Amino acid sequence: MTEKPITDYDEEIKNCSCSYCGNNCDDITYLLKDKKIVGVRHACRLGASKIINDEDQRLLNPMIRNTEGILEETTWTIALDKTAELLSKSTRPILYGWGETSIEAIKQGINLAEITGSVMDNQSTICHGASIQAFQNVGHPVMTLGEVKNRADVIIYMGTNPMDDHPRHLSRYTAFPEGFFRRNGREDRTIITIDPKYTNTAKVSDEWIKFNINEDYTFLNALRSILKGNELKDEEVAGVSREKIYELIEIMKNAEYGALFFGLGLTQTLAKQRNIDILIQLVEDLNQYSKWSMLPMRGFFNVNGFNIAMTSETGYPYGVDFARGYPRYMVGETTTIDLLNRREPDFFMAISADPGVQFPGYSIQHLTNIPTVQIDTHWGPYTELSDIVLPSTRVGVETEGTAYRMDSIPIYMKKVIDKQENCHSDEWILSEIYRRILQIKETNGDN
Amino acid sequence: MEYILKNGIVFDPVNNVNGEKKDILINDDKIVEEVSSNAKIIDITGKLVMPGGVDLHSHIAGPKLSVGRLYRPEDIRKGIKPASKNGIDGFEAGFSLPTCPTTGYRYTKMGYTTVTEAAVPPLEAKHAHEEINSIPNLDIPTLTLFGNNWFMLKYVKENNIDDLTVFISKWLKLAKGYGIKIVNPCGSEAWGWGKNVDGLDDPEPHWNVTGREVITSLTKVNEKLGLPHSVHVHTNDLGHPGNYETTLETFDCVKEIKKNKKVDRNQIMHCTHIQFHAYKGSSWRDVTSGAPELIDYINKHDHLTCDIGQLTFDETTTMTADAPMEYDLYRLTGLKWANKDIEVETASGLIPSIYSKKSPVSTLQWAVGLEFFLGIKDPWKFALTTDSPNGAPFIRYPRIISWIMSNEKLNDMLDNEVHNWATRRTSLGSYDREYSWNDIAIITRASPAKILGLTDRGHLGIGAKADISVYDIDVDSFDTTRLSNSEVLEKKLLNSMYTIKDGDILVKDGEIVKLVNSKHVWCNVKGLENKEYSLIQRIKPEFNKYYTIKYENYGVPNHYITPNYQVDVEVEK
Repeated sequence: MTEKPITDYDEEIKNCSCSYCGNNCDDITYLLKDKKIVGVRHACRLGASKIINDEDQRLLNPMIRNTEGILEETTWTIALDKTAELLSKSTRPILYGWGETSIEAIKQGINLAEITGSVMDNQSTICHGASIQAFQNVGHPVMTLGEVKNRADVIIYMGTNPMDDHPRHLSRYTAFPEGFFRRNGREDRTIITIDPKYTNTAKVSDEWIKFNINEDYTFLNALRSILKGNELKDEEVAGVSREKIYELIEIMKNAEYGALFFGLGLTQTLAKQRNIDILIQLVEDLNQYSKWSMLPMRGFFNVNGFNIAMTSETGYPYGVDFARGYPRYMVGETTTIDLLNRREPDFFMAISADPGVQFPGYSIQHLTNIPTVQIDTHWGPYTELSDIVLPSTRVGVETEGTAYRMDSIPIYMKKVIDKQENCHSDEWILSEIYRRILQIKETNGDN
Repeated sequence: MEYILKNGIVFDPVNNVNGEKKDILINDDKIVEEVSSNAKIIDITGKLVMPGGVDLHSHIAGPKLSVGRLYRPEDIRKGIKPASKNGIDGFEAGFSLPTCPTTGYRYTKMGYTTVTEAAVPPLEAKHAHEEINSIPNLDIPTLTLFGNNWFMLKYVKENNIDDLTVFISKWLKLAKGYGIKIVNPCGSEAWGWGKNVDGLDDPEPHWNVTGREVITSLTKVNEKLGLPHSVHVHTNDLGHPGNYETTLETFDCVKEIKKNKKVDRNQIMHCTHIQFHAYKGSSWRDVTSGAPELIDYINKHDHLTCDIGQLTFDETTTMTADAPMEYDLYRLTGLKWANKDIEVETASGLIPSIYSKKSPVSTLQWAVGLEFFLGIKDPWKFALTTDSPNGAPFIRYPRIISWIMSNEKLNDMLDNEVHNWATRRTSLGSYDREYSWNDIAIITRASPAKILGLTDRGHLGIGAKADISVYDIDVDSFDTTRLSNSEVLEKKLLNSMYTIKDGDILVKDGEIVKLVNSKHVWCNVKGLENKEYSLIQRIKPEFNKYYTIKYENYGVPNHYITPNYQVDVEVEK
């Protein structure tokens, strides 16, 4: 069905950013009528729907759960006071989320985590944390997306399906656009999807290489082994024929510029970060023959920005524990799911994230036993678990702020329309909680 | 606020004050001739007083640092220190890759007040400025990377110096940069195809432009604009045995270019971390020092300056926009390699580095750096750096000072601590020069400020910025030449008695007592606005085709650079 173009608008705002995925497309035009967004140009379906149809399920007023278990609207003062009181009383608080907010808010969160001895963690803990562990193990050879656009003649997507999850990835950044050294765009490139599933990305690729699920490491090991000059004796590895493996390695060796993108299809299968370890080593080895770089496909528009801000401020990328007043970091010890599984936390605040959707059931169970606070723009499963709900504003739409794209390019996201009357930015909410905690500490003589 | 720093022993080489007992008078943020009777007297009788430290080449903010911290948690763990009890400065973390606040704390405690971030790709300049906002207590100029930029390569190929001049002027505004940085010109672009260039005349594969053409063109542009700092060059061939010849050619290739008469500096080219560019031989097996030839050239010529890039015996992290060199290091060491190629502009790489006293190569590099300290006769021609964190983290500056002030200490190291390549393959053992406090004030304050073209600092003259460091060293009785004093000296220089910046006391008795926001020092060229506008209209279609962000979202918005320290440069229209 073809939709009619939107003509009923009175203002165009150009070069806005999209606050959906790690692409952070910054060429979006917002169409406004009476200071409300009525249309959007250039965005993908996912981005557009997030920008336009965003008033459904919107959180509009602060709420506190009453004694009967019902969320009841309240004032900001009461909600913020109560949040500060609960947080200041807790001994093992977690401040989780941050993937869809600005760096400015994250920095405010770090201040709060430091004075409350909280654990500060983000979605990496359940997505590309495994990739970060691998970077720490063996290296980090990455590039910006423009390098792929301008140079790449071979692009591999492994364990990721950008056509569905990052819809403009191929069209704006990698496969289709004209690049400086790839004037004919898609025609000048070979696209290979390596995935157990036949995805929409596989559909637009020159080749789909199917391998057996959970046998990623074996498959990558075979590639690396051949590259090092060993002979592959088995007829097939991980369900891929010997001929196909040799063919693939030849394509990779002969690329002028190869780019490899990988996703949760690799980080969440059995070998976890070991898959990424060997993938990085493969890329490192390939650089002896040609030029190769890689990049994790990051999900939320600022999930990478959190890792960057945390390392700038605390030295560690995620799962940072301030219990001793200075940062500590140990995956499995100071990471959210592990803490929840050990039933350690006695306070949980989610900021622009929905643990109700993202976390395993056993971990969520613990959230029902401890005070929970939500700072977010929309009603979601976690709202149902929250004792206090603080409605915030949308970064890049109602609030300005910095975000880092999946390739770590900083984007300054504009404010385009006014915020909902009784909502406040994450930065403001966190600074108010911070201020209140300081007051409580002063009253208690904790300083 | 008014202060009188009373009876300190002052070293202010710019004003020919060499160890005189003097009072320094401060009113607000300036050094003044007179203060009122309300001025607070700080008694520092007999203590060492110098202008605030100026570092002209360090890596403290931006994407390379973030990658480094992300992939080396083992380095972060090394420098953990809980927050101070006074509630002013927070925790510290990191050794070679300190967190942003830690960087500010440590530099301030060392008495430094100005630190240059020496390599910022314009596309990620927002990142660098955003991090600077988390570094307290410093003035921070950023140098913008141009040595492999595609627009630059195009203009150089066309020999279109006029458009290149306008381009540089506009791009410094967009990146809020202070000066032109060139790193391995053409080599980092060749790295886009996994290649490098060998020397100054080896052309880049696509544009067919050479390092020589890039360096000479950008030097001409720099002088045409009259930027306060000269071009800041990391020459081709870093870290390769035999590279001293390329370095000599680089020194020589600009000598005929006329310096802009309006500028205050002496040089037209600054060659950075010279130690890494001074090796003879054909491999690491037959490598020897190439420092004597370079020292001889520097001693005989006045058109260039350098900084050392001294290494110390530590485990640190190397990081540079010379990405192919980092891959070479990866092939050599097998340590974990990080690489970041940045579209249209540059590339970069990182690798941990373990410099050991037992390693022949490490000791050779160590000795080569020290040869420059001891061999370059005129201390105004260079500055003390470690290319932090490449040669060593900046907190090793005091250690290096302790070596060059004491022949006894240096000989002790040569005789008892380091591998014999330091004496067998370099001429370090032949020097007996010892630095005075006046020399130290030159190479850590006066000279770097002059080389940077920042005339308001690096000295304690009337009207200068009140950036002052005082150390708990009794100048008359403390013998810096004694081996037994070297550790004490290092400790005293690491923890200043007072660090004063813009008239604010930031450190007292080795503790931070005040935090202020760092200033973003950048260069604003005035007079080319119309030409810049027309250039942008012409190149915008290309820009939007080859970059992945829109031109409109490319520059650094003003709110990232608060507080702003804008240096205006007038050019002829």
